[in-house]
This record gives sequence, C-alpha cells and structure tokens, in this order.
Amino acid sequence: MWFYILKRVAQALPLLLAVVVVNFVLIQLAPGDPVTLLVGDFPAPEEYVKQVRAEYGLDRPVAERLVLYLGQLARGNLGYSFANRMSVAELIGKRIGPTLQLMFTALVIAIVIGVTLGVVAARGRGKLADWIAQIGALVGYSVPDFWLGQVLIILFAVTLALLPSQGMRSARSVATGLDAFLETLPYLILPATALSVRFIALFSRITRSAMLEVLNADFVLAARAKGLSEGRVLLAHVLRNASLPIVTVIGYNLGLLIAGSALIETVFSWPGVGRLMFDSITKRDYPVMTGILLFVSLTVVIANLLTDLAYAALDPRVRYTR
Amino acid sequence: MNEIILEVRQLVTEIHQRRGWLRVVDDVSFNVRRGEIVGLVGESGCGKSMTAFSLMQLFPTPAARVTSGQIQFEDRDLAKLTADEMRRVRGAQIAMIFQDPATFLDPLMTLGNQIAEPLRAHNFAGNATARTRELVAQMGLPDPELMVRRYPHQVSGGQKQRALIASAMACAPKLLIADEPTTALDVTVQAQILDLMRDLRDQTGAAILLITHDLGVIAEMCDRVYVMYAGKIVEHNTTRELFRAPRHPYTQGLLRSTVSLESASAELFAIPGTVPNLNELPTGCRFAPRCPIANAQCKQEPPFVANDASAVACWNVERAAASDIWKLEIGS
Amino acid sequence: MANLRTGIAFSLIALCVVAAVFAPFLAPFDPFRGGADALLPPGSKSFILGSDHLGRDVLSELIFGARVSLAVGISAALSASVLGLVVGSLAGFFGGWVDGVLMRTSEFFQTLPRFVLALVIVAFFGSGIFKLIIVLAVLSWPPIARLVRAQILSLREATFVEAARLSGMGSLRIIAREILPNALAPVIVTGSLDIASAILLEASLSFFGLGDANLISWGGMLNVAQPYLRQAWWMAVFPGIAISLVVLSFNVLGDALNDALNPRLQETA
Repeated sequence: MWFYILKRVAQALPLLLAVVVVNFVLIQLAPGDPVTLLVGDFPAPEEYVKQVRAEYGLDRPVAERLVLYLGQLARGNLGYSFANRMSVAELIGKRIGPTLQLMFTALVIAIVIGVTLGVVAARGRGKLADWIAQIGALVGYSVPDFWLGQVLIILFAVTLALLPSQGMRSARSVATGLDAFLETLPYLILPATALSVRFIALFSRITRSAMLEVLNADFVLAARAKGLSEGRVLLAHVLRNASLPIVTVIGYNLGLLIAGSALIETVFSWPGVGRLMFDSITKRDYPVMTGILLFVSLTVVIANLLTDLAYAALDPRVRYTR
Repeated sequence: MNEIILEVRQLVTEIHQRRGWLRVVDDVSFNVRRGEIVGLVGESGCGKSMTAFSLMQLFPTPAARVTSGQIQFEDRDLAKLTADEMRRVRGAQIAMIFQDPATFLDPLMTLGNQIAEPLRAHNFAGNATARTRELVAQMGLPDPELMVRRYPHQVSGGQKQRALIASAMACAPKLLIADEPTTALDVTVQAQILDLMRDLRDQTGAAILLITHDLGVIAEMCDRVYVMYAGKIVEHNTTRELFRAPRHPYTQGLLRSTVSLESASAELFAIPGTVPNLNELPTGCRFAPRCPIANAQCKQEPPFVANDASAVACWNVERAAASDIWKLEIGS
Repeated sequence: MANLRTGIAFSLIALCVVAAVFAPFLAPFDPFRGGADALLPPGSKSFILGSDHLGRDVLSELIFGARVSLAVGISAALSASVLGLVVGSLAGFFGGWVDGVLMRTSEFFQTLPRFVLALVIVAFFGSGIFKLIIVLAVLSWPPIARLVRAQILSLREATFVEAARLSGMGSLRIIAREILPNALAPVIVTGSLDIASAILLEASLSFFGLGDANLISWGGMLNVAQPYLRQAWWMAVFPGIAISLVVLSFNVLGDALNDALNPRLQETA
C-alpha cells in the first residue's frame, strides 16, 4: 500500500515540473518584454523592475533563466501583484476558501443527484425514466454553465427576487465563524446549482453505464442465487463495483470543476480564485495568471492522487499488487 | 429408495428474442430423490442450464420466464411462489454453484463475507463467523483463519470453486444445483472438486442436480441420468444401465464420441450435423435430421417420453438396440 | 426515436451553417452598427429578439455569431483530429522512445484543465480567431492520439498489415494505406464530439473577454450581457440558447455516429 502511494506521488512530480516549464516557456515566448509578464502591465517602480530583471536573469542565457525561475518558485515566490499590492501566493491563499466552498457544494449536489439519476435510469433501462434521464444528461452536458448561471440570476434574483446573486454575503456583514457560514448559504445556492448541472449530467451517464455493466455480471447472479434481497444485492455488490468507474470519473473531472468555477465565480462575483483569474486577465496582471495556473495544476495533481488512493481503498486488486 | 424431494412436471421456459418468445425448455419432466446425485447431460445450447435456472426462478438474461409446468419441491410448487417466498428458498433450501468460479465471485469482497452472505440473508441463528470457519475447513481449504480474509484474486481457481461451494452449503440446502462445476478447472482440480461434492452429499444428505456436457463426470458421480436434446429430455435411466445399454440414437452417439481410455480404437467420433436452431425446429423428432435410422414417422410425429424409471423418446428403439447404428453410419 | 433525435440535430446544424454562410443576406440589420434604440425588448420596433445596450439588433448579432462558433468549432476539431492522427500513428507504429515521449506529452495535456491553460495562453499571446483555433487544436489532440495509437497497436499485428509488409510496402505507406482507414471510425466520432467541446470552449473564452474583439461571437455577447442581466434578459437568453442548441446537436450527432460506426454496440441496441 505504501509502495503504491509513493509510486503515485513519484509519477505526479514530473507533471508539476512540466507545468512550471510551460509557464516559463510562455513567459519567454510571449510577445513583448518578459519583464512585463513577470511584473504585470503596470507602471511599476523603476528599482523593482531592475530587481526582477536581476532575480530572473533576464539578460542571461535561457538555461540559466530557467534555473533562476525554478529557484524563485522553490522559495515559494510566485511573484508580486502590483494591482493588488500583495504577493501572488498570499493573494491566491486568501481566495482559496470561497472557491473550495463553492466547488465542494457543487460536487456534493452533483454526486447525490447524478448518481441517483444514474441508478434510476439503469434500473428502469429502456423505460420512460431512463429516456428522460438520458436526454436530460445530454442537455445538461451541452448547456454552458456560466450561461445557466445568468439564466438563474434572471429567474431567481431578478424576476422572483428570491435569492441574492452577487458576492458571498452582505457587504456590511461583520459575522464570523458559523454565523458567516449560515449567512453565505443563500448566496451559495445559485452558483452551486449552476456549477453542478454539467457534472450531474456527467455522473448520471457514467453511473448508468457502470450499473448496467455490473448488473449483468455473473457475481450478481450468484448473489441473487444466495437469496439476498434485491436491495442488498444492489448495495453490497452492484453499487460497490459500479463505484470504481464512478470514483475515477469524479476524481479526474475535478479539473473541469475548477475551470467551471472560474466562469461561475465571474458571473456571480464570487470572491474566489476564478474571479481573481478574470480580474487579472482584465488588468493584464500576468504574475497572478501564471500563479493561478500553477495553483490549479497542483490542485488537479493532488485530486488525481486522492482519486488513485480512493480507488486503491475500494479495490483490493489494486491494493495488493505492490 | 428415498422419497422424492423435487418433482418437475411439464416445465416450459421461454426467453425473449427479437422474433418473440422462444421455448428453450420444452415440456421437461424429471425428479430428484433425497441424497441422490442426478445428472442432466447434453450438448451446449440444449437447455440444461436454463432448466437449472428455472428451478431457481432466476435467469442470467432479464427477458426469461417459466411459462408453465410444476416445480414440486417437497410440499410446495415453486412455480406458484411469490417473489419474496422464492427468495427465501434460494440459498437456504436450494443452492446453486456455477461454471466459472472466477466470474461468480465478487472481486471486491472477502471470501469469508461471501460465504457468510446466505447465513445473514436467511437469519442464521448461530454464530455466523464460526459457521463460516467451519465451512471453510469442511471444504478442505487450508488455514481457514487466513482464507476468510482473502480476496478472490488472491486464491487459485480450485479454491475459488471451493469457496463458492462453501457459500452454497452454508444454510445446509436440501438440493444443490451444480451447473458445469468443473468445466473451467484444470483436470487434476476437477477430480478434487467432484470428490468434495460427493463427500458433501454423504455428510449432509443433500441431493445434487449435476448439469454437464461431460459423460465422464456423469459416470463418475451420478446415480441417475437425464439426457437432453434441443430443449427436450430424450432418455432417462440409471447411470449403470445408460452406459451399459444406451437406447436413444443420440445417447449412443454421445457415448461413442466420448474418448474412453480403455478402448483401444483411437478413432475420434462426432455426431454429424449440429443442434437445430430453436427458431427452426423440425416438426417430428428433433434429432431426426442427424439420426442415421430416422424414417418417415420420425420426420412427421414427435416421439414422447414416459416419465417412469427408464424411458426413451424414440420411435425406433428396437432398431437402435439391435445393431451399432453409428458404425453403420461411418461405414456408409 | 433515436432517428428523430438525429434528424432534429442535423437540421439544427444545417440551419446554423446556412445562417453563417448567408449572414449578410439574412440579418435584418447591420449587427456592427448601433443606434438610439438601446435595450429594447423583443418584438419592439422590428427588433425580433430585442436590441442591446448600443442599440444593435440581437437577432442579427446571433446570425453573425454563428460564423465564429462554427468556424472555430469545426476548424479546431479538424486540426486536432489531424494532429491526433499524426501523433497517434507515429507513437503506435514506431513504439519505443517515440511512443514514450508522445504519450507523456499527451498525458500532460489531458491532466490539466484545458480552459485554464487556454486562458493563460490566450492572455499571453493575444486573441484573434486564428490564434484561438490553434490554441484549441493544440489542447484537444491527446484523446484522439491515444485512440489512434490503441487502434494501431491492435491492427499492427493484423494479417492484412502483415501481408502488406511482406509485399514490401514501406512503413508510412502501410500506415496511410492499410491502417488509418481502419482506425478512422472512432476518430470521426470523437472529432464530432470535439466540435461541440471546442464551441463551448470558444464561448467560455469569449465570455472571459478573450475572444476575437473584431468579430461577433455568442460567448462575447454573453460577456456584454452580464452587466445588463437586470435590465435586458434577452441579451443573455438568446445567445445562450444558440450555444446550447448547437453544442447539443453536435453531441447528438456524435452519439449517432458512434451507434452507426460501432458494430459492437449495434447488437445490444
């Protein structure tokens, strides 16, 4: 088991290194003075620009520059954002909480509804419920989630005036802890719903096909021959085996969830990393963009790692082969 | 002779295909006595497995049904039970083991849990953990303590089949249905599994309905045999009599095609032709197109089989018995 | 039922193509020129779908927007398919270190979220419709490459390839003449699904303000609509419906192609 974990970590590291190199290449290849891309498109103090030129060796050969760049990253230096008067690492750090909150809520909604729909569709294969669930999945997968957010705002915030649509709590709020969380809930409903629809579609499709495959497996027949109740067969054998592909799809699509939350946060002015990305693009704040790309890559790699571990926890065949 | 515990009368089972319902088991009658090992033999696709699944009212394909007939098990007709009543029979009074132990075990569950499942499903009164260990030991599996914690991929094919048998025997069923239990196993392991099944019959008094295409297994194990062809039973006799004097031309052909170690003649024999497609069955005897002695009557009228101690469904039993009809066939 | 679905999807795509090709003739107004009639609701003053904040006709913008969506979607998917075919063929046929390098590269692209990567690249290099197509193609080839590679690995040992090799055909000729035609079916299916995802990706980028500023695109219209959600719902609703229907149609088309080209699935259907 430990060997397996170590192996997975070792496989993830080259990927992160590759992201760093891509970042570096982007900065080098992009048109214009690389120092702009490291500082951002602002009138920065003359001595800071000079300092950045020296730190990143912008007058040195490429190989040397790469080493210097890696050195800065290794020290945790992702750059400095003049637009926000804050280091990029600190800036992202402040935005992680709201993003995770939004992503986690959407993920829970998507898993609960998506898996349920998939089970219902598979159990009633070819019947009306299955047909509706399949069409629904196709539609849910095709609708742009940020537009869905806009429609939800028009319907529930503008027309019905039921729910707030901008930010995560009242601007004058001074609540902390649990109170702050409770105050956030109504603000969370619309963006989390908009973000989850695509994933409901994805998860219901994979759940349906995984269920159908397992329902035909010999060991399910054997379980029925033991006289187990249908509910028990479903729970102990079918769902458990079907959960393997489902877990994989959920885990490997967390990257998609991050991308989706960038758009959703923009629509709902949710103060997370995605909104920060949008702002940094409009302000041409390049160090923030590369910092976020690195952060997102790290998140995806960690998510994939956790997925592999979850898979190993579920499947003894993976667990016991080295 | 022991009392009859299973009496199947005029069983008809159909599966749904594109063109409609297809009779895969057609008017089949047979019985099994307490503690007896009864064989059901025939080529693949003759309906013997579907007969077994009919007894359990459980089918590998969703679109299958028992259309008519009686399945008298002790004092009840299983064909008339509700779904929940039938569930309480499965695994408790009638258990089943299957062809490929590798695919019939859940890869994600320990052997111990899979063996104990029927106990929990049927509210076993005693200590389920202890009973599981006892079963594992009874199956001749090494180191029961360790074995119950193993997963299917960690043990051999023979051990998997032993675990499946343990699970089937958990609630001490009165009838064990074994569907080709040794076909997927190595030859040496086959003999061990057959020995185990015979020992279990001797120890527990459970009757066994053994389904196989292998006459060698029948000769080794069974007290009585039913021979099936194209959804119908064509001959029935005690094993000894069936092997001594097979009467149906199909049985004679099957026996001839079995390679016997004693017989010096090395010629390999196969019945010419193939099992008819169930969509296009002949009007008369279903074996007539392949039978060397079929006459006009055979092609017109289906023969019937009487359900007595020994019976055969053939219009020309005398002629079949008189000479070696298949030798004739080869000669001509 | 499935035929009806495919038929509707096909008609919608055809409609979209017609709109894109004949946009100048079909559009009732010049979508680039505004006027005094700003933020009018649908139906007023011959603005069938209303007007935007600059007084431009939403319907005319929609018709012109079809050009960008289709052009980007189809060119990006086509380029990605060609790139994937080439890379997959090389990896599958030559194996060894070529295969190793190409497959590690495709893993890299497949692991990272395409949208975020595209955002950064476009933000750095500037937007423009051709740059968009290139970026989307570069980010979308890996699944096709993996598919082609798998097909080639299984076909490499097939008897007809063996026969071609024995008759003295060169490697490239064998790939082009014998293997690719056989590996094409799944590529076509994935390619048509890629059109859908490329259209969606283009719309997302345009919504982020990274589309081609000189062209009208549906995603760009949604970007413009965002501050006016309270006053002018029609500015957001219609472009979104257009995107959804086109993406849905290409997804349905992909599913239909999959059913038609995949003999294994046909039997259980």
